[in-house]
Amino acid sequence: MVYLVGLLSLVFLVLAILVLTRLTSVLKGVNGDTPTQESEGASVSNRVNGLLFLVFFVVGAGAAAWSFIHASQFFLPEASSPHGRHTDNLFWLTMSVITIAFVVTNALLFYFAFKYQYRKNHKATYYPENHKLELIWTVIPAVVMALLVFTGWRAWRDITKEAPENALAIEIVGKQFNWEMRYPGVDNDKLGNYNYKLIDAANSLGIDLEDESSFDDVTVSNEMHIPVNRPVLLKIRAKDVLHSVFIPHMRVKMDAVPGMPTRFWFVADKTTEQMRNETGNQNFKYEIACTEVCGQGHFSMRTTLIVEDEDSYNKWMAEQKPWLTKNPEYLARVPEKLKAKAAKYAPADAAAPADSTAAPVEEGVGATTSASLR
Amino acid sequence: MATVETNAASSAVHVEEHDHHEELSFLRKYVFSEDHKTIAKQYMFSGIFWAIIGASLSVLFRLQLGFPNMTLEWLRPILGGWIDESGKLDKEFYLALVTMHGTIMVFFVLTAGLSGTFSNFLIPLQVGARDMASGFLNMLSYWFFFLSSVLMFSSLFIETGPASGGWVIYPPLSALPQAMSGSGLGMTLWLMSMAIFIVSQLLGGINYITTVINLRTRGMSFSKMPLTIWAFLLTAILGLISFPVLLSAALLLIFDRSMGTSFYLSEIYIGGEALPNIGGSPILFQHLFWFLGHPEVYIVLLPALGITSEIIATNARKPIFGYRAMIASMIGIAFLAFIVWAHHMFVTGMNPFLGSIFMFLTLIIAVPSAVKAFNYITTLWRGNIVFTPAMLFSIGLVSFFISGGLTGIILGNSALDIQLHDTYFVVAHFHLVMGAASAFGFLAGVYHWFPKFFGRMMNPTLGHIHFWLTFVGIYLVFFPLHYIGIAGFPRRYYSFTTYEAFRTFGDLNMFVSIAAIFTFTAQFIFLWNFFYSIFKGKKAALNPWNSNTLEWTTPLHPGHGNWPGEIPAVYRWPYDYSKPGATSDFIPQNVPYSQTPESNLPHENALIALEKEIEAQNYNDQFKQPH
Repeated sequence: MVYLVGLLSLVFLVLAILVLTRLTSVLKGVNGDTPTQESEGASVSNRVNGLLFLVFFVVGAGAAAWSFIHASQFFLPEASSPHGRHTDNLFWLTMSVITIAFVVTNALLFYFAFKYQYRKNHKATYYPENHKLELIWTVIPAVVMALLVFTGWRAWRDITKEAPENALAIEIVGKQFNWEMRYPGVDNDKLGNYNYKLIDAANSLGIDLEDESSFDDVTVSNEMHIPVNRPVLLKIRAKDVLHSVFIPHMRVKMDAVPGMPTRFWFVADKTTEQMRNETGNQNFKYEIACTEVCGQGHFSMRTTLIVEDEDSYNKWMAEQKPWLTKNPEYLARVPEKLKAKAAKYAPADAAAPADSTAAPVEEGVGATTSASLR
Repeated sequence: MATVETNAASSAVHVEEHDHHEELSFLRKYVFSEDHKTIAKQYMFSGIFWAIIGASLSVLFRLQLGFPNMTLEWLRPILGGWIDESGKLDKEFYLALVTMHGTIMVFFVLTAGLSGTFSNFLIPLQVGARDMASGFLNMLSYWFFFLSSVLMFSSLFIETGPASGGWVIYPPLSALPQAMSGSGLGMTLWLMSMAIFIVSQLLGGINYITTVINLRTRGMSFSKMPLTIWAFLLTAILGLISFPVLLSAALLLIFDRSMGTSFYLSEIYIGGEALPNIGGSPILFQHLFWFLGHPEVYIVLLPALGITSEIIATNARKPIFGYRAMIASMIGIAFLAFIVWAHHMFVTGMNPFLGSIFMFLTLIIAVPSAVKAFNYITTLWRGNIVFTPAMLFSIGLVSFFISGGLTGIILGNSALDIQLHDTYFVVAHFHLVMGAASAFGFLAGVYHWFPKFFGRMMNPTLGHIHFWLTFVGIYLVFFPLHYIGIAGFPRRYYSFTTYEAFRTFGDLNMFVSIAAIFTFTAQFIFLWNFFYSIFKGKKAALNPWNSNTLEWTTPLHPGHGNWPGEIPAVYRWPYDYSKPGATSDFIPQNVPYSQTPESNLPHENALIALEKEIEAQNYNDQFKQPH
């Protein structure tokens, strides 16, 4: 509805301009003189255009302020990470600085256009330079910039520094067109190695079973669970083309690059439950999106993020079966010397050590190029 | 006035001389012409053609974004299979539209259309040269551009669709046909077209630089050059240094696509198979691309700023404020343009330390940009402003430059860029500061120099209406896009209904789409005015805007060689408007100080002694007679 009002005012603006210009040509006709440069300058059309700049500024500033207030309910969705609140503050600080500059410079521009429009027998002021003035308005932006850069740089440095020791490392892998997650599992805190050449229909992340840290790794593909108030380190990679992990509420964004693992760590300090109460929206969910164009499904790489307290997280984690347990045929890929350790992850109902002949065979790949994720 | 007399006399000479000229064949005169004015017109018409195509594509994807539930069945006669069974726009075709809109607007409209038109037209006319340094290379430049246009245009009609990975064509998406259909033949055509386009740009750029350095008329020192020429010179230098890097990026991508190399590809599993490529880096492509991509922003913007400087000074009847500061800030911007490219890559996994360096460098650009904005505003102060359509577009440009430039301060800050990168905030930012501002520079230039191009005037009232509708329309489109960006909406999304976080603002998106269609429609006023005036416009006066620069000393229809007799000498800077004591409110560059004792400043009286020296100069053999 509100936009209807906006549209209507637009239509009226157009009509106003049409009427004014029509008036101009009528008046010109009345005067009947040949429009030379001089008379054209002094003509009604010049006055109309000068006035329109003033009108544009006043109406435009009003419309900008109104629409800003109206739209602001959706701005920067409630931040749920400490670094996010910090950058939000910096955003609004910078925004207020540039809003002042925006209003002042545009006001001067349009006011001068109106004020100093052509007058007959008037001569403009010959004013080619003023070094003092130029120095002032070079130095002021420079100083303001320096302050903004400094605050921004400190925030950037804190955000991008090494993740704390106790951070929970989770691997998130982008592919056309969804995200897959891998957790280090409950028995050791380490993600096992991977190798993209080991990828097949079941082993979609290329988990390398020659690394014993892989045995207890857990993979999830529809949602990501993280504990509240504990640093989470996202180890990000891509299988096919570029993707970018974007968690709007956490102020997290980092590209997923094939062949080059990236990372981003953050602390979520509000659980999904808390956000539901805060926003009053009982269906609230944190979401993970893709922000690097990756093909036709780019707009629908949605995954939900569930932030919960440590206990629920641990409970959820304990319910997850390691990937190896879910895919016992891959036990055959485990090297002989680690078979004993891997046996623990064989599903309870399956006959222990699977026969190596029954398993998918893929010889001679992997070992040489296994990337370490430690 | 002395100049008017000289002009009248010289055009008389021109008529006599015309008989001696051997008439060129139609083909040599209008098609494969070596005359810079004809080539400029060819660029102008091509630029306008591409602008219509590019803008139409944007209307198509705005329909999808503003009215996601609308059936587009009525577009099937044009788009055919790109409308799927349910009557909606095909998802990949949506990406193709976005990609081609960006490519066409940035390269074919605002690089070739803007720079190609006005550098070609104004450099010889304003520095006082018979033509470009090499007319032949200049012709080649246009026809290479034409060939590249044909290739790019043909890619719109192939079955697998044009390139679709975004105008930045990041690999691996653009390298692997199995990733999306647009990365097949469409991408091949894109790369071939761009490679040829770069050749065209380099030929043009060499010519611009050589002409400005070597073919200036007597007395036209660098400190007396109009700001337009300074802007074109710096633009050409930027292009000459950065376009070859894009060529290398494109060549390596061609190798990766068809020869099995791994410059950009590593550890990829796609379409059920693991590719053998190891060791390449997609980030390498981004570095190479943005090493052109960022200067490209200024390649597009600087000519517009140069044009605006000239038009604002002329129509405010005032010297441009801070002529030297304007040059210094353009040089500063041009230099900094080369060392800020990685601010497009803060969140690509690039070393964060590098990110902080690029943040420092990026925010420095705000300083020369601010100086330019302040200087424009001060030029208006206490002026005597005539609102020609060109002047309106120039003031509009300054407003866009400020509004769009300011949000760059937010995006250049790497910490804030985390949230805003690849959202509509970026889209709003660069459309204002680079897209709309440069487009306004183009329109301002067309309105201002139309009398010189075609010897006729455009209708000013239609120009005024065109300006107001476009100015209001562009703000209505791009101001709300900032809001959508602050709310976190990512770019290049076919639809926003998948996410709860992006489900708001449906009505605002509709509003933006309506405003975009409105603005697009308003351009037909310009098109009508433009084509009508070429044939039926009022006959122009020799110097309709009472301007100081040399192009207005040529005959109404300058022939080959521009000036029928000697090329005028230059004695003063181009901004002697409203000089105290002068009888007229403008003194053209070719009026010697000895003729204006009433208005000379003390140091200018000293320059009278040098006039003989200037007149004695003769840098090239064509200055007395056009050959």
